[in-house]
This record gives sequence, structure tokens and C-alpha cells, in this order.
Amino acid sequence: MSEIGKKRRLNDSSSEAKATPDVVLYSYWRSSCSWRVRIALEMKGIQYQYVAVHLVKDGGQQHHKEFVEKNPMHQVPALFIDGQLITQSTAIIEYLEETRPDVPVLPRGFHARAKARALAQIVNSGIQPVQNLSVLQIIAAELGNERKVQWGHDAIANGFKALEAEMAKCSGRYSV
Amino acid sequence: RHDLGELMSEPAAKKAKTTEMELYSYWRSSCSWRVRIALAHKKIPYTYKAINLLKGEQKGEEYLKVCPLGQVPALVPTAGAPAITQSLAILEYLEDTHPEPALLPKDPLQRANVRAICNVINSGIQPLQNLAVINKIAADYEGADKMKWANFHITRGFEALEKLLGQTAGKFCVGDEVSMADACLIPQIFNAGRFQVNMEPFPIINRIAKECAELEAFKEAEPTNQPDKQV
Repeated sequence: MSEIGKKRRLNDSSSEAKATPDVVLYSYWRSSCSWRVRIALEMKGIQYQYVAVHLVKDGGQQHHKEFVEKNPMHQVPALFIDGQLITQSTAIIEYLEETRPDVPVLPRGFHARAKARALAQIVNSGIQPVQNLSVLQIIAAELGNERKVQWGHDAIANGFKALEAEMAKCSGRYSV
Repeated sequence: RHDLGELMSEPAAKKAKTTEMELYSYWRSSCSWRVRIALAHKKIPYTYKAINLLKGEQKGEEYLKVCPLGQVPALVPTAGAPAITQSLAILEYLEDTHPEPALLPKDPLQRANVRAICNVINSGIQPLQNLAVINKIAADYEGADKMKWANFHITRGFEALEKLLGQTAGKFCVGDEVSMADACLIPQIFNAGRFQVNMEPFPIINRIAKECAELEAFKEAEPTNQPDKQV
């Protein structure tokens, strides 16, 4: 198992796993929203159990009753931490930032924080929702696969143009 | 750690805060409305700069210099400062710089609940029924029904939200204190009305709406009380 794999265990039922893990991430490998949370967890060195929710198999495990009870939005990620399940990637990341501030993922200055949050929201509400799986599935069902690809392309291309213009004002080595 | 983009020290920012704040807004924009609620709740005076979305003023050359995204709201915290865009980023900025009256609880897990609700609305609902997206649906796909598309997405989002609120709500969205979550919810309910969403299945949402309607800040922020309201 890779070094990274050893840090967290995939649906681990071995005797080494704790009976009730402290931090559990419900995630799909290719879900961009889950990916954001994984980056924050890894940057902050937070150990967690990875529970895979397959978004396509079995009609999409995010729609299964057991998962919907956890997240009525039928989406990943969801993070169980400090005794509570938190949904919505940016809400999760803000919680991690407030409770585990070592290795920050937000700048300290008010303007810079606002910039970082604005860039995150351009992606989180301006781009990703317009091309997420459930929207693409609707477009594909109603209008066909070619239209689906075009829709996704347009959403991201337009969003990136805006992101590029915003980042031109504030980026250095990183976005802010 | 050096913070790039910081224009002035925080004490100076606090001193210069009140009279120079400008908000670029459209009366019926739900995202602008959220920020208006926060400004009113925190009693922060500001200059209202109207941007007419129906006339396309958000894509005008002058405004694109303020906000390249060509969207409202945008907040200019002090004269000459770069605009802050994206309503949730603005709400957090106002909370950072003007922590009282608060729009976030003190407890981090409750704060997470508030932010989760804000994001369900800001990412899960509003982007799928905003002007740009429904116009694109109508323009790109013949026979597409804008009303049906928006109605579907708001309804689906409210179904999820009602369940989430079942876990978090007291008098307001999270417990008994008003928060950013309420500031995001109320404008979204107005949009639901515009797209003829049936609100009967959402008793918690409806109850919270009645509670917020009693608050001065929410009354002040309503579209019909804005300088650019249309008859």
C-alpha cells in the first residue's frame, strides 16, 4: 500500500481500524467537490477514513436511502468530524480552517480572505453546479450526449475566462 | 506569512469602514439581496449603485472594470479599494470586519450548519435558475422551457433543504439566532415564487420566512424598498 494509502483506509474492516473512526470522508474519486476537501485534509495532515460513494454504479450510490439520510442533497462530499456530519465542500473546508488552523488554507488579511473565498465561489457556484453530474444527466437525457458535452464545455470555458480575469488582479505563486 | 493583496491595515479598515462602502446591486437579484440583508442587520451605511441586469448594464465597460465577472453583487469597502465579489465571500468579509451584530453563531459546528445551508442555496439552487443559465437553456435548446427548468431545480433544492432544516432549525435556519443562512433563504423563496414553485411541502421554510419577515433588516433589504425597483 502506498504511503498515502496507509494514512487512511478504504472502507477498512480490519482489526486495525477503530470501531468508530473520528473522521470519515464520504467521497468519489473523481468528484471535484470531494477532491477539494481531500486537499484540505491532506494539507492539514488530518487522518481520516475514506468511504467511497460510487456516483454511477447501482444507479448512483448517492441516491441510496442510507446515504440520503446522511445528505439529502444526494451529493458527496460529506465529512463526519467531531461527532457531526458536515456537507457542502466550502462549509467543510471553513470548519477545518476554524478548528484546525495549523497549515492555514485561508490568508489572514480581510481583503485577501475575501479574494480567496470569491475565487472559490466562482468555481463552487459559477462553474461546478452548472456542469455537475446531475445537470449533465438531465441534458443528456433530454437533448443527447453531444449537447451534454457542449454544455459542460461552455460552462467551464466561460467560468475559466472569468476566473482568469479575477486572478490576474491577485495571483502570485498561487491564486491569492 | 505575507498576505498578498492586503490594501490597508485592519485598524485603518475598521475606522474608514462606514460611510464609504458601495454596493453594486439589482433590486431583484437574490444574491445582491443577501448582502443587503447583512448590511442592514449590521447597520452598515452604504451607497446603493444600481446595475440594471435586464438592460445588460452588468456587461458594460465601466462595470466590468469593477467586476470582470459581470455580476452583481459587488462590494467596494472603501473608495478606491478593489471590489469584493461573490455574495458568500462578501457576507464572510462583513462578518470578519463587522462581527456584531453577528450573522454566524459562535460554535464552529453550528457555523458549519449555517455555511452548509448557504451553499445548498448558493451552489445547489441559485446557479441553476439564475438569469444567465436559464437564458442559455432557452437560447441553445429549442423548445426548452425556462420556467419548468427553474421550477424543477428550486423544488429539488428545497426538498433537500427542508430535510436539512429539520435537523438544524430553531426559530431560524440554525437555532434561534438569525444568520447568513436566513439571508440566503429569504431571497431564494422570492425566486421560487417567480417560478411558481409549490411551497406547501416546505413547512419549515415557510415558518422561517414568516419569522424573518418581522425583522427590520429583512424589510429594509426587500427589492421593493430599493432605489431601482421597477413597478
